This record gives sequence, C-alpha cells and structure tokens, in this order.
Amino acid sequence: MTRTEQRLAAANVTVALVALFGGVVTGLFQALEYAGVEIYSSLAPVIRSHYHSVSIHGVLNALVFTTFFICGFVPFVLSRSLQAPLASARLGWLTFWVMVGGLVLASIPLVGNAATVMFTFYPPLQAHWAFYVGLTLVVVGTWLVTLNLVLTWRAWRARNPDGRTPLAAFMSLVTFAMWTIASLGLAAEMLVLLIPWSLGLVGGTDALLARTLFWFTGHPIVYFWLLPAYISWYTLVPRQAGGKLFSDPMARTSFILFLILSTPIGIHHQYTDPGIHQGWKLLHALLTFAVFFPSLLTFFNVTASLETAGRARGARGWISWFGKLPWTDPSVAAQVLAMVLFAFGGVGGLINASFNVNMVVHNTAYIVGHLHLTVGTAVALTFMGITYWLVPHLAGRVLWSRAVALVQVWLWFGGMLIFSPTLHELGLRGMPRRTDIGHVSYMQPQWKTLLPLVGIGGSILFVSAALYFLNMVLTATVSRRAPQAAPDFAEAVSGPDHAPAFVDRWRPWLALAALLIAIAYGPTLIRLAITTPLTTPGLRVW
Amino acid sequence: MATGRPSTVYLWELAWILPSIALPVGMLAALAVTAFGAGINVAGDRGRIDPTKVAEHALFREPGVAEIAPGQYEVRMTGQIWAFAPNEVRVPAGSTVHFWATSKDLVHGLFVPRHNVNVMLLPGQISHAQARFDTPGEYPIICHEYCGIAHHTMAGKIIVEARR
Repeated sequence: MTRTEQRLAAANVTVALVALFGGVVTGLFQALEYAGVEIYSSLAPVIRSHYHSVSIHGVLNALVFTTFFICGFVPFVLSRSLQAPLASARLGWLTFWVMVGGLVLASIPLVGNAATVMFTFYPPLQAHWAFYVGLTLVVVGTWLVTLNLVLTWRAWRARNPDGRTPLAAFMSLVTFAMWTIASLGLAAEMLVLLIPWSLGLVGGTDALLARTLFWFTGHPIVYFWLLPAYISWYTLVPRQAGGKLFSDPMARTSFILFLILSTPIGIHHQYTDPGIHQGWKLLHALLTFAVFFPSLLTFFNVTASLETAGRARGARGWISWFGKLPWTDPSVAAQVLAMVLFAFGGVGGLINASFNVNMVVHNTAYIVGHLHLTVGTAVALTFMGITYWLVPHLAGRVLWSRAVALVQVWLWFGGMLIFSPTLHELGLRGMPRRTDIGHVSYMQPQWKTLLPLVGIGGSILFVSAALYFLNMVLTATVSRRAPQAAPDFAEAVSGPDHAPAFVDRWRPWLALAALLIAIAYGPTLIRLAITTPLTTPGLRVW
Repeated sequence: MATGRPSTVYLWELAWILPSIALPVGMLAALAVTAFGAGINVAGDRGRIDPTKVAEHALFREPGVAEIAPGQYEVRMTGQIWAFAPNEVRVPAGSTVHFWATSKDLVHGLFVPRHNVNVMLLPGQISHAQARFDTPGEYPIICHEYCGIAHHTMAGKIIVEARR
C-alpha cells in the first residue's frame, strides 16, 4: 500500500460522488413531479423534460457513480489485502483518465439533451454517437482495472506460492472477473450495433438483438454493483462492529457461485419480449433462482457475523445482539440498515424473476421501487457507509460530524421506507415506470392517492443526500487534520484453512461460467445474429 | 478456538443451506404448475415482420377488432409514436381477447394492468398476448416503455360491456 493506491482511490471516489450529486438532484425533480409539483417549466432550458431528467438520473447514479466508486474501492481493498502495491501505477492512472475521458464524452450529449434515451438506451431511439463511445470507453477502463488487479495478484502469487489468497483479494478478483465476462454483451452491442449505426455507417439496427446483448450485461451489472458492497459486509463490517466473519469457506463459495451464475440469467429481463422462445425464458428463470442461493448464503453468513459482534459486545439471547451493534458508528449503521432493506429487495427480486408473475410488475413503478432498495440502498447506502471511513482516511482528516452522518443514514432508511413501498404498490396498481406521470393522459384515481408519498419519500432522501455531501465536502476540506486508519480485515470464526483448495482454482470455474453462458445464450444469440436484418432506422423524438 | 474449526459452524451452515435449496426449488415447482398447468404464458416467438412494411403484412393490413369465434375476439394492433391503432377495443363481458401487435417505429409496450397483458412491441417482431375480461368496465391500455417526448400520452382503452 503506497500513496498511489490512496490517490487513485480518492480520484475515483471524487468522480463517483460528483456523479451521485447530479443523480440525486435530478431524482428529486422526478419525485416532486410525481407528487404533482409542476417543476420542469421552471427548469428549462437546463432540464428540458421529465425524460431528460430521468436519463441523467439513471446514467449518473446507476452507471457512473457505481462504476467509479467500485474502480476506486476494489483496487484499494485488493492492494491492502495482499499488502502489495498495484502492479502498475501508470496503468492505474491511464485507466482513470480513459474512464474520465469517456465520462466527459458521454456527458456532453447527455446534458445537452442529445442522449435522452434512459440508461438502457434501447434502439431505435438513437442518441448522439459520443454517448455510446463515451460509455464504451468507461467499460474499457473497467477492463484495464481487471488487468491491473490480475497482474497484482500474480506478482503476489509468485512471492507466496503456497499461501491462500486472502478473502478480500479473492472477492475483488471474482468481482472483476465476473464483470469482465458479463460486459462482453454490452461491448458487442456498442461496437457492432450502436456505434456504427449512430455514426451513419450502417442504415439500420435491430431492437431485439440489441436488447438481448444489453441484458447479457444488464443483469450481471447489478452483481458488479453488489459484490463490492458484499466485500465490505464480509471482510470489513464484522471487524468494524467488533466481531468476526462467521465462515470464510461459505463466503468464498458464494462468490464462486456468483462468478458462475451471474451472467446466464439476463433473459429474465426479457420475459415480455417477443421473438424469444418461452423455453429459453424458463431456463433463465431456473438459473436466476439458482443465483438466489449464494444470496441466501450471504444473508446468513453476514447476519451470523454481526451476531458474533453483538455477542462480543455483551449480548445474550436470540435477538438482543442486533441492538448491541455499534449503532453510533455511522459506517456500521449505514451498512447494517442497507442490509435490512436489501432483504426486502431480494424478496422482490425473486418475484420479478418468477417467469409469468413478472407480467404483473414488468415495466411498472414496482421495478423502480425494487431498484431503489437494491442499487439505491443496498449499494448506495453501503457505499456511503464505506466513505464514512474511506474519505477521512484518504483526506487525513477526521469525519466532520458523526452526528450529522447518523442523522443522514437514518433519514435515508426512513425516506426509503416511504418511497420504495409506495412505488411497489403503485406498480401493482398498474402505473408504468419512466413515464411523465404528472402529465399522463390516463391518470387513474387509485394512483393519485399514493403519489404524494413518492414526493415526500423522495424529498427525505434528498435531504439525507444533502447532509451526506455537506459532511463529505467539509471532511475533505476544513475538518481537523489527523491520520485516520482504515479498518482492518475481519478474522473468521471458521477461516480459509477450512475451505477446500479447489475453491480458489480459477480455470474450472471460469470454464463452467463460459459453458453455462454458451448453453443459456448461445442458440438465441446465434439465431438472432444470423437471421436479423439490420433495417430498423433510428429516431430522435424527444 | 481461533485456529480449530468449531463443529457447530458446520452444523449451522448445513441447517441454513438445506432450506436455502428447498425454497427456490419449491417456488420453481409452483411456477411450473402455473405455466404448464394453468397455462399462464409469457410472450414467445411469433415470427418476424419487416418494420418498414408493417401495413403490407397480412395481420396488420387493417388493424381492428374482430370476433373470430363465440366469445373470442382478435385485436390486430399497431403501436407508433404516440398512439395505438385501434385505440379503443369494445367487447362483451366474458370475452377472451387475443392481441396480435407490433411496432412501426420504436420500442413500445402493450400493458393492460391486472389482466396478464404485458408484452413489448418491438419493431421487427410480432407480439401476442391473450386475456379474459369478465367484469364490465373501462380498462386502460398503456404504453409502458419510454418512446419519446409524448410517451405519457400513448394509451388506449378496452371497454367491456355488460351482456344483455
């Protein structure tokens, strides 16, 4: 661990938080608009429409904030876990600037209303080419992170031929290995379909092929967001809370299962798409239920680890350990509350994955409610919790206010408890997602009664975010200077020695992952690629 | 304690793993019953269509509603920015409605809340959905996929009339 890793982490996290700021501001606009506050007329010409706002919100929060944070946090964790500097500092900085370059390129049309295509950018909606090229560069940057992580690990392996890879490093490598495989679908969509088409080099595109390639990456991307949060939950939070990780072997096993099962399940986002046979959809449903298994393992293992912490702090009995956790530590409080809401997000995710049951919720506000429990809380609130130690550590200053941080954490939890269930219920009442609800021509009375709660919940979340940014900015600039240690990695009750050695082997698991992808996606992708006439013209109608 | 593996860890793990396998397997079995037993299906592969020549296709030459058998109605529908054609479907209560639909331009959605009609309309693909309408009343047909600046005005309705 040298200054380089810290500077790289600081640079990436800074970009991530700037993106998050833009994302929560636009999020507030949408929540108010749902509640009937006419807001966009006063925002023109900066924000041209509800859809412009939603596009910025989704891209900045779901794609930019997450990716930059992960590319800062995970290499930092791997380097500390192996007690070794990154293989190449130069590669690290090249990666950062490639990603920043991509972000700037994509942001110009996004902010300028030339890429109002949502973060799913389904063609034939056609954004400016710079949007696609910019996002592709960000993905290329993540591949360079993978390269640096692998090189760092191999150098460590050469020095430690017999040692077990430490859990945090192992998980970091799995996260980026999984993502690198998963991102190939998006890369193919960009390079083969969208970029040539947006540049006018080919006349048309195909909606179904593009969607299938998009969701090849679009589902596993949620594991790319979640696994870094899990790394914190497994390897840091138990120690921060005063306990131990319950089971290292179970943790390793769950990550290997995520490596294998994250990708061959993306068609569960396309249950309602024509042109794909039901049999393939059923197979993806089955594999989605299989990936629920490592999630259940994580739920158990992390909860049991927190229980060791509560008991170490003097709790007795079945329940009271939960109250004994160090709730005055905002980093722990944020992440434990994120876990609590994520349990509901997991249950909702199973409903979404349930084949024909998906017809009740697909493309409704229910999905928005779900996404805000998962990426909007499990991931975002965990990342906020991490920054409560990471930013003081990187800045060499104490956290500006622990009290404000605790208020912020609970406001996020409380705001989400209003915001998300309301959106779930609105979805069950048939309200579509990503729609300018304040101006619909088909307003239903059963929606109207609930919509103010979206505005209230969203406003609470915005206040929480504002307190968060205030604390972060003041911590980084004016707070008292004093070296702040990063938390150590947790010991395990059942340690790595109890995990069979084959768990740490890469080739069989990568081969199994590739095989499952070939089975689940091969026939459909080959059929679409061979038979698809690329004739659908692009449109820009926003 | 810190070095030896306590045997209770292994037992706790097992006690969690077994129900964690049983739960998803049981849910999948329940899904299989609804899909194959009750016949509640999601969209499947119904063939391609040239998105630039939708009006020349036999199914979509004359969008509209037709009774194809007693109590069975077929709706041939196109979606385009920002309307459905037809945008009003009128059937008697107790009818089963078969929707055949496609898009002439962008990705649209065909969504009738609470009736298992939830299917994407993609340019280049033919979509199918069916649902039974038992209760008289007016039901919205909603485009639930963002399709440009007036997406929120793209809707139609199904009017279910009481049988005389």
